[in-house]
This record gives sequence, C-alpha cells and structure tokens, in this order.
Amino acid sequence: MKAITALVAVIVLFAIAYMAGPSAKFVFGVAIPYAALAIFIGGIIYRVAFKWGKAPVPFAIATTCGQQKSHPWIKHSSIENPSTTGGVIVRMALEVLTFRSLFRNTRMSVKDGPRVTYDGEWLLWAAAMAFHWSFLIIVLRHMRFFTEPVPFFVPLLQTVDGFFEIGVPALYLTGAGLLAAVGVLFLRRLLDPHVRYISLAADYFPLFLIMGIAITGILMRHFMKTDIVGVKEMATGLATFQPVVPDGIAPIFFAHMFLVCVLLAYFPFSKLTHMAGVFMSPTRNLRCNSREVRHINPWNHPVRVHTYAEYEDEFRDKMKACDLPVDKQESDEPDKGKAKAKGADKKKKDDDD
Amino acid sequence: MSHDIPKPEEMARINFEPPERDWTETPVIFKPGTYNYPAGKKNVEYLKMPNPHAWAVDDKDWGLPDKWKEKILGGMSDRLEKYRSFSLFMDICVRCGACADKCHFFMGSGDPKNMPVLRAELLRSIYRKNFTVAGKILGSLAGGRELTEDVIKEWYYYFYQCTECRRCSVFCPYGIDTAEITMMGRELLYELGLGINWALEPAANCFRTGNHLGLQPHTFKDNIEFVVDELETATGINAMPSFNRKGAEILFITPSADVFAEPAIYTLMGYLLMFKYLDLDVTFSSYASEGGNFGLFTSHDTIKSLNAKMYHESERLGVKWILGGECGHMWRVVHQYMDTLNGPANHLEVPKSPITGTVFENTRSTKMVHICEFTSDLIKHNKLKLDPRRNRKVIPTFHDSCNPARAMGILEEPRYILRNVCEQFYDMPENTIREQTFCCAGGAGLGNDENMEMRLRGGLPRGNAVAHVRDKHGVNMLACICAIDKATLPPLVEYWAPGVDVCGVHELVGNALVMPGESDERKAGKINLRAQELDDESEGGGDA
Repeated sequence: MKAITALVAVIVLFAIAYMAGPSAKFVFGVAIPYAALAIFIGGIIYRVAFKWGKAPVPFAIATTCGQQKSHPWIKHSSIENPSTTGGVIVRMALEVLTFRSLFRNTRMSVKDGPRVTYDGEWLLWAAAMAFHWSFLIIVLRHMRFFTEPVPFFVPLLQTVDGFFEIGVPALYLTGAGLLAAVGVLFLRRLLDPHVRYISLAADYFPLFLIMGIAITGILMRHFMKTDIVGVKEMATGLATFQPVVPDGIAPIFFAHMFLVCVLLAYFPFSKLTHMAGVFMSPTRNLRCNSREVRHINPWNHPVRVHTYAEYEDEFRDKMKACDLPVDKQESDEPDKGKAKAKGADKKKKDDDD
Repeated sequence: MSHDIPKPEEMARINFEPPERDWTETPVIFKPGTYNYPAGKKNVEYLKMPNPHAWAVDDKDWGLPDKWKEKILGGMSDRLEKYRSFSLFMDICVRCGACADKCHFFMGSGDPKNMPVLRAELLRSIYRKNFTVAGKILGSLAGGRELTEDVIKEWYYYFYQCTECRRCSVFCPYGIDTAEITMMGRELLYELGLGINWALEPAANCFRTGNHLGLQPHTFKDNIEFVVDELETATGINAMPSFNRKGAEILFITPSADVFAEPAIYTLMGYLLMFKYLDLDVTFSSYASEGGNFGLFTSHDTIKSLNAKMYHESERLGVKWILGGECGHMWRVVHQYMDTLNGPANHLEVPKSPITGTVFENTRSTKMVHICEFTSDLIKHNKLKLDPRRNRKVIPTFHDSCNPARAMGILEEPRYILRNVCEQFYDMPENTIREQTFCCAGGAGLGNDENMEMRLRGGLPRGNAVAHVRDKHGVNMLACICAIDKATLPPLVEYWAPGVDVCGVHELVGNALVMPGESDERKAGKINLRAQELDDESEGGGDA
C-alpha cells in the first residue's frame, strides 16, 4: 500500500511534466529548476549548519570497533578505534567511500539445536555501492551539459562508462547499474518481510523517483531522442544565469528534468539527508582518545551532588565506630547534620547490614 | 519469578514472521517475565525527579502528570538542541534494516519492535509528527503518528528492552547508536515520573551511600573484611586493604558487587592478593564505593551526579591517580563521560605504575587506569610470579562486555592476561566477540528477576556461542570484566550452556599468583580462591 502510494505519486509527477512541460516551458525549464536548486542548497545548509550543526556534541560517544591505544606493545587499531585526526579521516573516508560498516553486515539464523549462525550478507552492501557510485558518476557526466569548455575528466568518465560500446550511442554502465541497483533495493524492501515491515511511503518514494529519473534518462538517450543541442543551450543558460529555453525540446526531457527537480527539493527534508549527515555522526567522526584528551561539553551544567562532607555528616558516628577515618569529629552545623540524618532515616533501607 | 520459563528448545523456536498489522497499529502487550517493575516513588523523590507517584504496569492509568504531552514534546525539543546525536539520528535513518538482526533481544524474541530501527522509530514517528514540516502536513504518510498514552506505554516496554549495548551501532552505515535513542527515551519517560526500579533504586542508593546496594560505611567495610577472611582461609594470606586513607598514592574504585556478590567477590580477592603482592600504596573509599553508575541507565544528569564522587574523593584523599576495577558500563562512563562532566582532574597526576614505571599516556587527562591495563603491564614486565598450573582446571573463554568493547576498545589486555594465567584459552566465534560481542541481556538496569524470560531470550546468542566453545574445546569458564556480567551471566549459561561457570579475569590472576607466605595447600596448587579442593583425579577440566 505504501509502495503503491509512492508509485502513484511519482507517476503523477511524471505525467504533469510530460504533459505540461512543452507548453509551460519557462516554468519547467527555468523557474522550477532554479527553485529546486535553491531549496536544495538552502535546505542542506539549514540542516547541516543550523539544525545539526547548532546542536553540540556534548560527549565523546564514538563507537570503538577495534583495539584501543594503550600499551605500545599491543597493536592499536588506528582506524577502527582512531586516536588521531588522521585516523578519523581514514575511518570516515572508508565509511563514506566504501560503506565500511555496511560491509560488516551478516544474516543471522536460528537453527535446530539451537544453533545460531551468522552468514556474510553482502547484497545490501553491493547494491548500495553500485547505486551510490553510479549516481555520482552520472551526476559528474551530466556536467557536459552545464559547462563550456567541458572539464577534462568528463569525457574520460564517458569513455570508461561506455567502455563496452553496447548500442549506439554506447550504453552507459552506470545508467544500467543505477537502475539495476535501485531495482535490487526496491525488491529487497518489498520481499524481505522485516524490511517491508519497517518501510514507510517515504522509503519507496525516492526509489521510484530515482527509477523514474534513470528510465527517462535512458529513454532519452536511446529511444526517444530530443534536441541535444537545444538541451545543452538550455543547461548552459541555466548555469550562467542567462536562461533560454529553445523550441523543439521533447516532453520526455521536461519529465526527466522535473523529476530531478523534485528529488533536489525533496532531498533536504527527507532521509536523503543521510548524504550530509554521515559526515557528522558522532559515533564515527570523533577521536576515541577521550581519556587522553578532555572532550568539552558546552552546556555542562551543575547538578546536585552528595558531597563527602554531607556523607560524613550523615554517617559520622557509624564511621567512627568502625574506625574509618573522619575529617571532622563533629558536624559544623549540628542542626543541619541532624536534619539531614533524620530525613535520610526515613529512606533508610533494611539491607544496611 | 511469577511465571514459568519455557525450556531452551521451546524458547529457541522463535517466530520471526512480523505481524499482519502495521507496527503503529500493534499495541504493546506486557507479558510477565518480559518487563521491569516501575521505579518506587521514594526513589524518584530521593533523586528529586519529576512526578513521583506509585503506579503499576497493569494499571490502565499510569498517573501521567497534567500537560504530559507538552512535557514530552518540550523535553524532545530541549534534547534536540543539546545533543547532535539525537538531532541527527532522528533525521538520517534510511531504514535499510542492517541493524535488525544484530540485536540480541530481536534474535531471542522475534518481536519486530526489538529491531533497533523500529525501536528508534517509536520515537522518530513522534518526532516527525511534531518537529518536521512533512510530518505536520502529511502525518502518517510521512511516517508521523500521534503521541498517545499507548505510545508512552510502548516506550516504557521497549526502551527497557534495550541494554544500550551499541552492537547495532557497529553495523549502521551512519553509526546511528540506539543507546543514544534509548537514553533519550528513558529521560523523556522520567519527565513523567516513569522509570524502572532496578535502575533507579541503585542510583538513589548510590547517591546517598556511595554504592548501589546502599551499604553504609561500616557495612561496606564489614563486607570487605568478610571477603578478606574468606581469602585468608583459601590462601593463608591476610590481604586487608586500607579505607579512606589520605595520602595514598592510588585510589581504587571497583563495582560494589565485588564486595558482596558471588562470583564477583573472588575477583575482589584477586585484586587484594595482587595489591598485597605488590605492596601497592592503594586505598579503598567508603564514600566513592561504587564503580558502576546507574545514572547511565537513567539520565545524563544522574551520570554526572553519581560520577562526581570519584574525582571529589580522589581530591579529598590527595591521591595521585585512580585505578578502576572490572566493570562494563562504569568504563563507558569513565572513558567517555567522566572527564567531560566532572573534569578536568588537575588535582591528579598522569598515572604511572609505581612497579614498572610505565606512564599510562592514554589516560593522561582522565587519570584513571583500567585494572587490566595495569595488570597486563605488570605481566609484560615480568613483575608477577604466575603459575598457570593452578588454573589447570579452568579452560576459559572471554566474554567482551559491551561497553569496554564498543565504548573503549579494551580487547587485547584481558586476553593477554588470561593467556598468561591459564594453560589454555579459546575465543568464541568472531561474530560474537570483540566489537561484535553480544550483551549478557541484563545490562542497563534490566538484570532483575521479573524480567528473566526476556533476559534469557536476549541471552541466546551469547549462550549459544559459549555452548559452541564448550562443545568444541571443552571450555568450562566464561571469564569477563564486568560486574553486571558476573551477576547476569550465571543464569544465562546455566540455561543455554550448562557446565560453564562465570568468573572475573582477576580471579584467575589471583589463583595463579605465587605469593610469599601462602599456605602449603595453595603452594601445592590444591585449592583455588573459591576454596574448592583441586584434586588431580579429574585432571584436564572440561565440563563434567
């Protein structure tokens, strides 16, 4: 049901742009892209700098995933339990670039006996890697539309990405890869009973949206050709703030671009912010040397403490009776001491002895 | 226990099929044996926490205060501004499900709300509804839901079915730590006066007397004297320590369970023998007589309030540095919270072993050393005369406790010690140790009898790994460095891995230590710290 709601939403979005795009080309070709980009940038800045960034990290709560640094003769796990900033950078790089933690994933089962087993489970990791890396390369490849001259790495990426030269123009591996990976992630969400149980409409929506973007893109490149020169003119116009929308751009392009705009605008207000959030995760991006270097909490407010003097006031007689040393023979304020002792007596527990 | 515990075979037949109904429409059922009793009014009062009142889980009306919704939402808003972890973890989960089967309570119960992701969603759904634009407009379509009394009951059940062990955070691609979520959830419940007694009573006791059981100074001392007497019977050595002694070089703080509970008292015997052997200038304190800190299971303010005693007492006594005993969550507090909350400890010196001269650089600021760091350094420098043959009946494996493993990383020190004091040592399978270790399922205040079925369920993965090395290598001892473990693992192994016993690492150190002046029986290796006769008829150990 949640999946269907999300699917319907994406289809409606596609239809709107496909039908209205050519006749309202300035709205779909200029106004919406600028608005979406503004929301994307503004939204991410709000989230990173003003929501998460404004909240301090009061405690050094790193999750240590390896041996601490202690004795020089014990091999320290300098990446999984980093004590230096360099170690943290490597840990974060592995996390962001290779999805280190997800790579640990296992599948548990309880067999007869009982016997609990843990098998490696790399499907999620592999699909996530294929998905994110394809997406990144596709975004970079698209720079050929927005830049003039085109940066040197873009044709390089295109060549490598189209290496197998399947079809004319060559099918990009990342385009197919993205679609396949999104398909796996979708099927996993749908078929794994536990993942289905935890899934929200907001989990299916971005999957369908990205599927829609990939499909419209592939359609445009291979099947439903549009005026590529016109598209480049338009994209460069957007990038240089001299927007023009040439005639003759096919409806499929407006649909493709509109879905991208929806993704951009949706991004900062959804779980997709994990892209920015992963860098700020305090269980990963902190050094684990919290006994060596003091971590500062900006709001470390005072709390009620039961001081030694109060303790001794309450228990002085008992301490003296069993030869425990005391700081004072009598309470400075006998009344206060007595009042405290009396108050405490009420709560006295029977397990004293 | 108020009900019958199913047999292990029955317990292990776990239904992992999620219910038909959406989780938001599946109400919580408080099944006896799987929940904790409420915090007593007197304890809430004693700690001056909001809305102290008497109530029971069975009550329809939990006695929530006026404007309770505002209190929860206000509490959330406050914490979203104070903790980046909370703010971030409310937003970035993608519900990939990698955490799902990493939780021991999910593994043992099959209850989908014990998947860490769903445990967090219990709170996140309220966050979305009240703090996000999408949730305010789209409601349930954006994953939001109304805050009702049923939600509060659900929180109470499931935030006390999490031991804050952080295993899921190892596997999360964004490092989302359910312990943070659970800690916030528990703090929010305390805004309404709702908590569990097994966590709050020790906290209240600790506030007043310095330790969880509420042992007053004379009783604390009596208890140690009793252990010292027992130790003398077993070894012929009097290892009486000093108390509250000003000018000592080192203040030693250990969980108070070490002074009264089996098998933790044998760990204490190990410390005492070693201190005596080294003639260490060390003192115990009756005021800072608790290493553990049930504030960690209650609220951040309570952590600070209870932990303050360590530095306060070390300053009063004028010691140079602090040595800490075997404990799990205590070490999370010491390693990740103490210096931040109650430091800087400028009254102390950078810890330096008076025996080996080793400077513990990794404790330069906090100035508190873990006993396993201290002892492993002694062994490395050949400062302890050890006879592993005295532990010949013991074939140990090592249970990494959650917090020392995942909030500190003290993995090799205890293993190094065990290899030096025992003739054999076998690790459990790699998915169940070190940073992937499994909880005893009784941490974070859940180690009480009324919650026994849930504890045993959650104990399945740990118990099963123990049974594996028992069958494969004849392991008969589960060594650990946590006082909660020493209390909660014995029923767990008795249930899932019978034939295996539980001990502290320093109990085995104490057994192996060749002491001057020890009894002939000990010299001949015929008696251990538990005063068990070790006859050589059944040489080789293994489970009988």
